[in-house]
Amino acid sequence: MLAIFKKELRSYFTSATGYIFLAVAMALLGAVFGATTFLQGTGETGTYFIFMLVILAVILPILTMKMFSEEKRTKTEQLLLTAPVSITKMVFGKYLAAFTMFMIVVVASMFNYIPLYAYTVDDSISSTMPPNIVMILGSTFAIILAGMCFIAIGMFISSLTENQFAAIVITFGVLAALLGISIFNGYIPSAAIRGIFDWFSVYDRFYNFTYGLFDFGALIYYLSVAGVFVFLTIRVFEARRYR
Amino acid sequence: MVEIKNLVKKYGNKYALDDISFTINSGEIVGFLGPNGAGKSTTMNIVTGYLASTSGTVVVDGKDIFENPLEAKKLIGYLPEQPPLYVDMTVQEYLNFVFELKGCTLNKQKHIDEICTITKIISVRHRLIKNLSKGYKQRVGIAQALIGNPPIIIFDEPTVGLDPKQIIEVRNLIRNLGKTHTVILSTHILSEVQSVCNRIVVINSGKIVADEKTENLNKTINENTRYRVKVSGPQRDVSQTLRNLPGVVSIESLNERDADAFVYIIESEPNIDIRKKLFKTLADKGWPMLGLEGVGAELEDIFIKLTDKKGKKGE
Repeated sequence: MLAIFKKELRSYFTSATGYIFLAVAMALLGAVFGATTFLQGTGETGTYFIFMLVILAVILPILTMKMFSEEKRTKTEQLLLTAPVSITKMVFGKYLAAFTMFMIVVVASMFNYIPLYAYTVDDSISSTMPPNIVMILGSTFAIILAGMCFIAIGMFISSLTENQFAAIVITFGVLAALLGISIFNGYIPSAAIRGIFDWFSVYDRFYNFTYGLFDFGALIYYLSVAGVFVFLTIRVFEARRYR
Repeated sequence: MVEIKNLVKKYGNKYALDDISFTINSGEIVGFLGPNGAGKSTTMNIVTGYLASTSGTVVVDGKDIFENPLEAKKLIGYLPEQPPLYVDMTVQEYLNFVFELKGCTLNKQKHIDEICTITKIISVRHRLIKNLSKGYKQRVGIAQALIGNPPIIIFDEPTVGLDPKQIIEVRNLIRNLGKTHTVILSTHILSEVQSVCNRIVVINSGKIVADEKTENLNKTINENTRYRVKVSGPQRDVSQTLRNLPGVVSIESLNERDADAFVYIIESEPNIDIRKKLFKTLADKGWPMLGLEGVGAELEDIFIKLTDKKGKKGE
C-alpha cells in the first residue's frame, strides 16, 4: 500500500496535475478569503467556508480524474492487479495519496488566518469581530469530511472510465448536483421527496459546522458516503475480473 | 508448477476459453501458440489473477489463484501484451516501485542491478521510460517481471512490434531465463516457439488442439513424406507422369522455373520410398532431374492441419 501511495503522490508532481491543483486551489481560496473577510471588514469566516466547499467541488475532480482511468488506458493496472497486493490496499493507497494532496491545501490555507487575526484584534485599526477559533476549527473539520466524500466519489467515477476528461466532467457534475440539491430543494412541493433529497445534501450538513456546532449525525453521514464510494471502487475492480 | 484444470471463460454468451486443461512442470519453457483471438491472452490473464474464470481452477505451486491470490501471485512474474510501464518514471524509479509493490525482501539495489544486467538496460537506467525505444521498453517490461525472482515467468507476445535484431535478443534472453525459471510464452509466431520452447500447447477458438514436445509435434503431424523436385522437361507431361507413380499422394507444380526446368512438390505415402522409382522414371523419359530434396513439414503446415482437423471434428 505504501508503494502505491508513494507512487501516486509522486505522479501528481511528475505531471502537471499536482501543480495545477495546488496553484488553482490556493489562488481561488486566497482570493475568496480576502473578498469575504478583509474586504468586508469582518473576521467572520462562515461565508468563506461555504465558498471553500464549492471550490473543492470544482478542483478536487482534477485530483481524482486520472486516478484509475489513466492506469486503465495505459494498461498499467495490469501490473497493480497481478502484483501480490490486494485490491483494497491498492484503492486505499490511491485514496490516501489524493487525500494527502487535499490536506496540503487545507493546511496551507490555514495560514490565511494569521493576518486576519492580527488585523482584527488590533483595535486601533478596526473594531471588527476577530475570527472565532472554534468556528474555524469546526468548519475546517467539516471541510475535511466533505473533501473525503468528494475524493471518494471522484475516485469511484475514475474507476468506471478510461477517459480522464469524462471522469472530470462527470465528477464535477455529480458534486455540483450534491451541492445544488439544497438550492432547488426548496421548490419541491412534496415533503417526502424533499426529505429524500435532503438526505443527499452535502451542504445542509455542512452548515452547522460553520457555526462551530458539532453535528454527530453529519459526521456519520460524511464518513458513510466516503466509505460507500471507496467500497464501490473496490467492488468495481472485483466485478471487472468476472466480466 | 502450474496446473490449469477445466478452465472456462465466457464473455457474454461467447466462450473465450472452452474447458482448457494442462499442466506445466517446473523448468519447462512452454510455448502457448494460437492465432489472434484464440484465447491466449485470456488464459494468461486468468493464470496471473488479472481476470477471473467462469469456471475451472488454476493452481500455482499448490496455491489456488482464486482462493489464495496473494500467495500465488508472488510466484509469478508477468509481462502482459502491452508492457505496463509508467512512462513518466525513469527505469530506476520504475523498478524501485515494482520492487516495493511486490513487497520484496531482497537487497533492493543489488537485486535491481542484477536484473538490469540480465536484461541489458543498465545504460538507460536513468532515462525516462517514455524516451526509450520499443526494444528497450520491452526489456524494461521483462525486468519488471523478473523482480522478486518469481519461479514462474509469463510472457504474452513478447516480441510483437520489435525489429528482427531485437526479436533475436529477446528470444535469447527468454531462452536463458528458461535455464533457471519455468517460462510460459504466448505467441502466434510459429518459428518463435520452435526456436525457444521445449513444449508447445496449441490453442484455437478457446480449445487446446495439441500439447506436445516441440520435436514430437513435427513427427506426429508429418504423416506424408514430401519432396521438392526440379525436373527439366515439359511441365504438364512431367506433372502427369509424376502423378501416376505408385505411392504418390499429391503433386503440386510451383510457378518457379530455372531455364526449362520446373519445380514440383511431391507428397508420398509414409511407408513408400519413391525416390529411386522417381529417378528411374524420369531418366527413362529423358527428363533430367536437376534437384531432389526432402521437405519437412513446417510448423505453419502443422498448425493449419491441426486447427483444421479439430475444427472439422467439432462441427
